[in-house]
Amino acid sequence: MTTQAIADPHEFLKAQIRWRCSEIAFWLATLLPFVLAPNYLVLASQIAITALFAMSLDLILGYAGIVSLGHAAYFGVGSYTAGLMSAHGWGEPLTGLMAAAAAAGLFGYLTSFIIARFRHLALIMITLGIGLVLVEAANSASWLTGGFDGLQGIHTWPILGKFGLDLYGYTAYSYSLTVLFAIFLIARRLIHSPFGLALRGIRENGPRMPAIGAPTREHIRTVYTIAAVIAGVAGAMLAQTTETVSLESLGFQRSADVLVMLILGGTGRLYGGLIGAIVYMVARDQFSGLNPQYWYFWIGLLLIAVVMLLPNGILGGLSLLAARLGIKS
Amino acid sequence: MPPVFGVIFDGVAYGMLLFLMSVGLSVTLGMMNFVNLAHCSFAMLGGYVTVTLMNALGWPFLATLPAAFVAAAAASVVLERIFFRRFYNSSDLEQCLLTIGIVFVSIAAAAYIYGTDEQPVQLPPFLRGSTHFLGLDLAIYRLFLIATAMLITILLVVTVEATRFGAQVRAAVNNQRMARGLGIDVDRLFALTFALGSGLAGLGGALAIQMVGLDPSFALTYLIYVLIVVSVGGLGSIAGSFAAAMLLGVSDIAGKYYVPAIGAFLIYLVMLVLLMWRPTGLFGRR
Repeated sequence: MTTQAIADPHEFLKAQIRWRCSEIAFWLATLLPFVLAPNYLVLASQIAITALFAMSLDLILGYAGIVSLGHAAYFGVGSYTAGLMSAHGWGEPLTGLMAAAAAAGLFGYLTSFIIARFRHLALIMITLGIGLVLVEAANSASWLTGGFDGLQGIHTWPILGKFGLDLYGYTAYSYSLTVLFAIFLIARRLIHSPFGLALRGIRENGPRMPAIGAPTREHIRTVYTIAAVIAGVAGAMLAQTTETVSLESLGFQRSADVLVMLILGGTGRLYGGLIGAIVYMVARDQFSGLNPQYWYFWIGLLLIAVVMLLPNGILGGLSLLAARLGIKS
Repeated sequence: MPPVFGVIFDGVAYGMLLFLMSVGLSVTLGMMNFVNLAHCSFAMLGGYVTVTLMNALGWPFLATLPAAFVAAAAASVVLERIFFRRFYNSSDLEQCLLTIGIVFVSIAAAAYIYGTDEQPVQLPPFLRGSTHFLGLDLAIYRLFLIATAMLITILLVVTVEATRFGAQVRAAVNNQRMARGLGIDVDRLFALTFALGSGLAGLGGALAIQMVGLDPSFALTYLIYVLIVVSVGGLGSIAGSFAAAMLLGVSDIAGKYYVPAIGAFLIYLVMLVLLMWRPTGLFGRR
């Protein structure tokens, strides 16, 4: 991102919000799987869902600088809400999404009061603890959640009453891509608003923000709740398109995976989570014959390499390269 | 045996293990603020060193314990030189990611070499069985564990409280920049403390095999317990780590014994509440 000296903040925001060619190309490219890889639409829909989840983490980590090791908690709350509604006889997907968003948002709002008070190690431990408590709670309440075996009997009704889920994932991908794009537009608007600028201020220098009159804790609470809502929507979509919910959707592994994707793609760019999710999920699909234990060997090496060599992820590396070559991004 | 005493005895033995595995992390975190999530990988390394020396080379159990200490300490020095020292001034996030990458690699390496099964160890005859004391049945190995850990704790406290090295460590934990200003070579001191702490973790890992088992997921499972001990006890506080480890050990065993349905739920909840009440831990100063 080249920062010209623009004095007026409104002009600055306007310049930021203009759509770039590369962005339009990216979103057009998301339609390619329909034509080029119709056998991989199921994978594509899972990528879109994971990308949405990674984007929600980017809002709190990349913009407000909140390190969370328990973000899957909100994904799981959304997943279980949608799954439970469907298992109890109401499988309408859009209302399921709304309910999941509301439930995850409520949980996010309640926990945000805790999150906003802490920084550093205590914050990392608290996010980790919230995630772990939720996993244990879901495991104990097996009469409700099915416990370790997962939730049984989910059936998703046709979307808008017309488009039923098919074996090839055609509907699933259309559905998840549409939701991803809609929420992306909202998130994009959000981060280019004065509120988004305030969040970046908190990330860069938390203690100084109150001095210029910014209510730091309120901002953190707001963005944390928004991120929880988005994570809940992603979780609900996974439950609806795969028609299963398991404890995995809440677990530490998912929180760690999404963090890896976001770091891989690059934080604080909104597209970082999307690119990271694509690269990570496609790679995992290609190496699916590999024992999961060894998969994590490569993920570990990748993490070390990214942190040491490419601290801003793939997108950070690309924009550095572009700057070197003198291309205006 | 009345269950209450049995539970407390087992809990204390377990708490001692947790203390050995976490005290090093507490001190290094307090000194450098370096979030080292790979700490339990060193404990795991110690465990596998013991297993290998005993089963493949036929060493006696007691002789493998110092070897586990030395191996973990040596490995930590190598990693510190190559990776960690570049990240002392980085953000929490980068430190977390680097060290969790190391955890993933160590787990995969252990699974590759040893497989995912639990590793067996054959204790020498004088550590097996149990003894009767005041009408209680006490497992000899757990008594041995408690005695060893107590001995190490005393050594550790004496080192930190009464030696020149210990005074420098305390100064650096208290105020790193001021300690540098007084001419203390904090980097060297940190490397030494780091090696010592990782060595203790390795020893803890070796002692833990008989009690909690050893498989490649050890590095991640016990990481969470160690982090709880460190964050509840307060960074850089040996007494705090000790108290937190005992609290966690006893309450975890008691929870699993009396209310198995809740499982680990209680532990995490207690940690959350304690952290919210005192974000810097029970004995933390900052």
